[in-house]
Amino acid sequence: MNIDKDLVAASATPLVLAILNEGESYGYAILKRVAELSGGELQWTDGMLYPLLHRLERNSLVEAFWGRSETGRRRKYYRLTRAGAEHLDRQRRQWQVVDQAMRGICRMAVDPAAQLI
Amino acid sequence: MTNKATLEERIGQWRQYLRRRQAVHSADVEELEDHLRSQIDALRGAGLDEDEAFLVAVKRLGDLNALAREFAIEYSERLWKQLVVSPGSGASSLTKPRDAVVAVGLAIAAAVAIKIPELFGLRFTEPSADTSFYLHNLSLFALPFLAVFFALKRGLHKSGWYWLAVPFAAAGLLVNLLPFKPGSHTGALAAIHLPIALWLMVCYAYTGGRWRRHEQRMNYVRFSGEWFIYYTLIALGGGILMGLTNFIFEAIGLDAERALIGWVLPCGAMGAVIIGAWLVEHKQSVIENMAPVLTWLFTPLFTALLLIFVVAMIWTGNAIKVEREVLIGFDLLLVVVLGLLLYAISARDSQAPPGRFDILQLLLVTCALIVDGLALWAMAARISEFGFSPNRTAALGLNLLLLVNLAWSAVLYARFLGRRAPFTRLERWQTAYMPVFAVWAWFVTALFPVIFNYR
Repeated sequence: MNIDKDLVAASATPLVLAILNEGESYGYAILKRVAELSGGELQWTDGMLYPLLHRLERNSLVEAFWGRSETGRRRKYYRLTRAGAEHLDRQRRQWQVVDQAMRGICRMAVDPAAQLI
Repeated sequence: MTNKATLEERIGQWRQYLRRRQAVHSADVEELEDHLRSQIDALRGAGLDEDEAFLVAVKRLGDLNALAREFAIEYSERLWKQLVVSPGSGASSLTKPRDAVVAVGLAIAAAVAIKIPELFGLRFTEPSADTSFYLHNLSLFALPFLAVFFALKRGLHKSGWYWLAVPFAAAGLLVNLLPFKPGSHTGALAAIHLPIALWLMVCYAYTGGRWRRHEQRMNYVRFSGEWFIYYTLIALGGGILMGLTNFIFEAIGLDAERALIGWVLPCGAMGAVIIGAWLVEHKQSVIENMAPVLTWLFTPLFTALLLIFVVAMIWTGNAIKVEREVLIGFDLLLVVVLGLLLYAISARDSQAPPGRFDILQLLLVTCALIVDGLALWAMAARISEFGFSPNRTAALGLNLLLLVNLAWSAVLYARFLGRRAPFTRLERWQTAYMPVFAVWAWFVTALFPVIFNYR
């Protein structure tokens, strides 16, 4: 399934924030987690994650720090800030509303019989 | 083993490629490289060989151009080079503290120097201003310090310092000891020509004594153009500063004008000479030169102007009116055309084949020659009638010098366009001609007063 580009873009921020809500992480691991969560359906161009992370950092939703990988390479980690957590909370509620509305309308569209009963 | 090396090599190349992007700083490259390596490791764990893993990982990271564009959108300020104020973390820092200290120190020295004569009763401000003293000596307050700045920066050898001191000492003696009559024309001519003569002497310090080399002299030409632009910009800012200061002090009933004209104007004007030079040096390899940009902008406009002028002259049959100021006007025209030519040359890749802009340049020079030729022809008949006053002789001499320069430039340009001579010939002609201007400027400063009996 090919997910629409606009939808991917719109869901990117809450998704990244939600993953960081599970604990601090770094770019590659975040992408792996995205693939895991979506069952491999949600595919990003890997590089594009980084400008997004930097934007979140600039808006103080996440903070970055340098650490080491297990092989000793320098690695940039990100963690959620308080402002980021609040932002995530708001986004989550918005997505729930969208999700609910979609579920309602889709059930009717998929199953016309449901409407008749 | 060889495989490992090739993988590192390929990652190295990839890193180099990404690092060339202005919006992507080295920390970002490092972060992306970590991603690339993690990805490669994971793919190899899944059974791909090194080559395949590298290719897939790079492919997944996406088009680097698109990525760099994303970074540029995110960090649009990185596309603007910040020089003096905040040398950015990732950008190469050019601020050499020593240079800055030397430049500011010399600028202050120049600013102090222009106030020293006041201690000896030579007033800068009205009333009773010693205008002629300051006009004659103006270049001597700033240019020696500029020469020192470059001599220090280039590490001029000891005998070079002596050579450098000679023209400045000579200039100081000349303009102050020659018995100019009050309001004399030769005095005014000396005041105009001395800064040019000394500016060309600064070339010696700028090139670190290697002024005989053509490339070095061309560098000085480039520097001069940039310096002029920086100085103009600083002067503009200074003007605004002075205007506003005057305005707000007036609002509380204080008159700041005396302090501004007596102190801020002269000290600022002198100090800005050094500061401008330092800024030009500072940005040299970082920012594109401005003078060639202006040249590129104005060459077509001036060419159009001259073409229309020639056509209008033919159409109306109006000859050039021979008046006193006409010659100076045409001198200025030739100076501008020479400037346009010089800065077009200075920025041109001498290996590049002839292009459209070269044809335009030749057209510009040819038009200027025709126009100036017509002006000289109109004047030739009456020049003896007017007599050879100092001003007219100086203007005529300069005109002839410029005419010779441009005429031969046109010939060389035409040969280059016909692919019969390399472009470097034109470059060399221009740099070879620089001493001619220096000699002329010294000649007018030093010998005109004697020839014309200090009139």
